[in-house]
Amino acid sequence: MSAVLMQFLQTLMATLVDVLPIAAIIFGFQFLVIRKPVSNLRKVLIGFAYVLVGLSLFLMGLEKALFPLGRLMAEQLTQVSFIYQGVETALHTFHWSDYYWVYIFAFTIGFSTTIAEPSLIAVAIKANDVSGGTIGVWGLRIAVALGVAIGISLGSYRIITGIPIHYFIITGYIVVVIQTFYAPKMIVPLAYDSGGVTTSTVTVPLVTALGLGLAENVPGRNVLIDGFGLIAFASLFPIMSVMAYAQLSKCRGGKIAQNK
Amino acid sequence: MKEAFIALFKSMTGSLRDLLPIILVIAFFQIVVLQQPIANFSEIVLGTFFVILGLTFFIYGLEMGLFPIGESMAYAFAKKGSVTWLLIFAFSLGFGTTVAEPALIAVAAEASEIAAVGNMINNTEEAKNSYANGLRLTVAFSVGIAIVIGVLRILKGWSIQYMIIGGYILVVIMTSVAPREIIGIAYDSGGVTTSTITVPLVTALGVGLASSISGRNPMVDGFGLIAFASLTPMIFVMAYGMII
Repeated sequence: MSAVLMQFLQTLMATLVDVLPIAAIIFGFQFLVIRKPVSNLRKVLIGFAYVLVGLSLFLMGLEKALFPLGRLMAEQLTQVSFIYQGVETALHTFHWSDYYWVYIFAFTIGFSTTIAEPSLIAVAIKANDVSGGTIGVWGLRIAVALGVAIGISLGSYRIITGIPIHYFIITGYIVVVIQTFYAPKMIVPLAYDSGGVTTSTVTVPLVTALGLGLAENVPGRNVLIDGFGLIAFASLFPIMSVMAYAQLSKCRGGKIAQNK
Repeated sequence: MKEAFIALFKSMTGSLRDLLPIILVIAFFQIVVLQQPIANFSEIVLGTFFVILGLTFFIYGLEMGLFPIGESMAYAFAKKGSVTWLLIFAFSLGFGTTVAEPALIAVAAEASEIAAVGNMINNTEEAKNSYANGLRLTVAFSVGIAIVIGVLRILKGWSIQYMIIGGYILVVIMTSVAPREIIGIAYDSGGVTTSTITVPLVTALGVGLASSISGRNPMVDGFGLIAFASLTPMIFVMAYGMII
């Protein structure tokens, strides 16, 4: 039990160090520039304490339970011995579709980690608030999670085939630009934002492990050059999926209005 | 007391629901695909419990502390009417939250490794450290600039599309001239800069600013700060890779 407590205190300290500059900036400006007492200062401070404790518990739990398993699985799924179970590797020229379990894993792990991502929950709450309920918390979260899932699967495909990353990213940009002109104006800034919020605490460590595992085990790939880029995919595709979600709900809303 | 307990229990079931997909995915792959027994089962149950508890506290504290302070500061700056101070605040918030970001520190270390292997810098500890530090400062600086641009956009009511599309065009141009080794890292650095505490705070700041300035719509103008913060690092990191 004391080992768990020690671990918690260590994580808490690390989180505290991360939060310290932010707190210093906020309270520094509050007291030196704005020079007004914070309303409900006690409540805000308690809220900060909750955030700290919550984030530390969250990180520690992930480190204890999910990350080791997730990392191990990413490694095992990309291993040559798993891909060609029993088949002689020498007789088998490798084909991108041999890695189908990797794509399924990439898709499901991308989706599920995004659903649990705390910063996405925060943004979804805010968006729901600001839009007066038009944008549902779950609608946004599922749209973003689907985007990440597609992005990471496609990113895995890229690592396996070795196609240069910028072809995908530039094509993605073109799609985003086209969608921007057709999507409801209200959703555009939120969609752009959702690219950045998806990739923090939960997604990055697991996805990075998957990318490095793939680049290490697929013949002809270089860890240093091909191991990166999954995060970039995970931040690009939610932009498209959120705009698509808005377009779909607009279409559906339009149809219902016509039927009436 | 009893009500508080029920509320806590309720939000914990919510957190469990948020987490359930990950548990299912990992269990499925472990049992059906890889067909391996799960080692340290009790440890994993304990860890999962911590994750659920932590997520509950985090969301609770978010609505109690982070959102209100972000918004009240936005209101205070809007009322004070000092654009200079607001922009200085925006820059320090972007720079300060990014420079200490653990994900960024990790990525910078990886990047210095790549640069050393690719003979862009000398393969010594010293050269790698200075490269990694330079990269970190570059990214932090670019996030600071991004928040400043984003806040200016909210103040002026510029439309976001053209700015982001302009940014994309810059990224594409930079990609064609930057060294190949840096491109993957540069694209990734856009995603890793925005941490779990920065995102709610910056979102609250943007929405607060947009709702305290008349003529701005919080939905159309309030969001978008994070978008800038994930775009500028790509451009700056590629520029850094070209200069060094």
